[in-house]
Amino acid sequence: MPEKFDVIVVGAGPAGTSCAYQCAKNGLKVLQIERGEYPGAKNVMGGVLYKQQLEEIIPEFWKEAPIERPIVEQRMWLLDEESAMTLGFKGRAWANEASYNNFTILRAKFDQWFARKAQELGVTLINETVVEECLVENGKVIGVRTDRPEGEVLADVVVLADGVNSLLAKQLGFHQDIEPAQVALTVMEVLKLPAETINERFNIEDGQGCTIEMFGDSTKGHLGTAFLYTNKESLNIGVGATLSSIVKEKIKPYELLEYVKNHPIVKPLIQGAEEAEYLAHLIPEGGYHAIPKLVGDGVIVAGDAAQLVNGIHREGSNMAMKSGSYAAEAILLAKQKGRFTEEVLAIYREKVYESFIGQDLKKYKDATETLENHPQYLKEYIPMMNRAARAFFTVDGTSKREKQKGIFNMFMERGKIRTVQDMYRAWKVMK
Amino acid sequence: MEGDEIMTKATIEEKQYLVRFKADKESHLKITDQSICLENCPDKPCTYFCPGEVYKFEGNRIQVGYEGCHECGSCRIGCPQNNIEWKYPKGGHGVIFQLA
Repeated sequence: MPEKFDVIVVGAGPAGTSCAYQCAKNGLKVLQIERGEYPGAKNVMGGVLYKQQLEEIIPEFWKEAPIERPIVEQRMWLLDEESAMTLGFKGRAWANEASYNNFTILRAKFDQWFARKAQELGVTLINETVVEECLVENGKVIGVRTDRPEGEVLADVVVLADGVNSLLAKQLGFHQDIEPAQVALTVMEVLKLPAETINERFNIEDGQGCTIEMFGDSTKGHLGTAFLYTNKESLNIGVGATLSSIVKEKIKPYELLEYVKNHPIVKPLIQGAEEAEYLAHLIPEGGYHAIPKLVGDGVIVAGDAAQLVNGIHREGSNMAMKSGSYAAEAILLAKQKGRFTEEVLAIYREKVYESFIGQDLKKYKDATETLENHPQYLKEYIPMMNRAARAFFTVDGTSKREKQKGIFNMFMERGKIRTVQDMYRAWKVMK
Repeated sequence: MEGDEIMTKATIEEKQYLVRFKADKESHLKITDQSICLENCPDKPCTYFCPGEVYKFEGNRIQVGYEGCHECGSCRIGCPQNNIEWKYPKGGHGVIFQLA
């Protein structure tokens, strides 16, 4: 007879561990299954973890969690080939414990720590085990079959936190095939650099971090972004674009990464750093329209598997954790009622959609598609803005009014109506 | 390269060398039908978009270097012919990220 648990959580990333942690904390018998050698071995992210959602689970987690740096400055660069328009925010408040906003983290370390916290509460974690399928009986998920000998395990509820590819949600028919335009293929490197050098180059101190998001030439105008984040003694530099544009434009991702690393505006910041690791990952960018069926009889889908990522605001791990929390709440309610049906678990779906997760994804529901179908924003406007800024700030004897007129004409050369349409469209998908 | 060329690990081989892999004996990636790649897929996009350069077109067939797979799933979604059988490597095998 296979062993039975209250809950089986597939995956030991932010969503899975958040759910496992809170189920175990409330007395449930939880089995967590991870396919990597350890939690984090298969997991990749640019590196920004927002504080709020984890603090709701573990108050003051930063005092013990392996965080790299609290972020005090967020920069945004609109890159042209040899210039950048920059915008950003730096605030002392974000350097104070009481008002931290986000941190850089390295996932291999962080995910192990988080999973260990769940184990301390009684979660049974099995590593190096692939869940091959959900066991379904009369339309209800009753457990999983792993790749271990006699690898069947039963549970009242199975939580699918198995990441962006979520083969298990697919097996259950919860989502159609994911389209290449709904994912961003991202490659990244960890570059080692002494802390003092990082502090000097980014104008920060120990215990302070900086993030830079780059648009435009960082992806040669294709839909995507590049990023450069500061860790304690290393930098994460990466670039991602929709898989559809990578296929269409015949891009080799690692060559694009090299292009970013050698960009004249980027290069001085990473000069002399030593490559320590190279990583690739898919980011679910399909947003609101790509969210699969989230609950069924005996099953809940959370985190990247549920495509819960806000690509515009680089939020993903926080949404994963929040969805894991909502999953735990739904499971506890189901336990109380003694029924683990779709009808009872549907409270999870409601919470996800009613919270900031559903609302933010809805807000930007058409952004990716619009930018994909209208490449002029990244390809034409960013270079134009750079040219405009350079023209305006260069003192060459031309009057300011003449310069303004020149810039206005440059934008209108595309056709007045087209330009106005572009502005309206951009406002509409971002509003 | 020139003297001011700062980044040394620019090739895919050098990048892949930074990654720890525990290869299984069997491939977790399989081309369903090689003749489709040969006859119906002139661009063979898997040979350039795969971040680990797992797929190489050599001697009239796609060679699959599964040992260097990051398990990102791009080929599963990006193969225009839907011609790649994709699953995870056996538990504990495959890529082992050690940092980020």
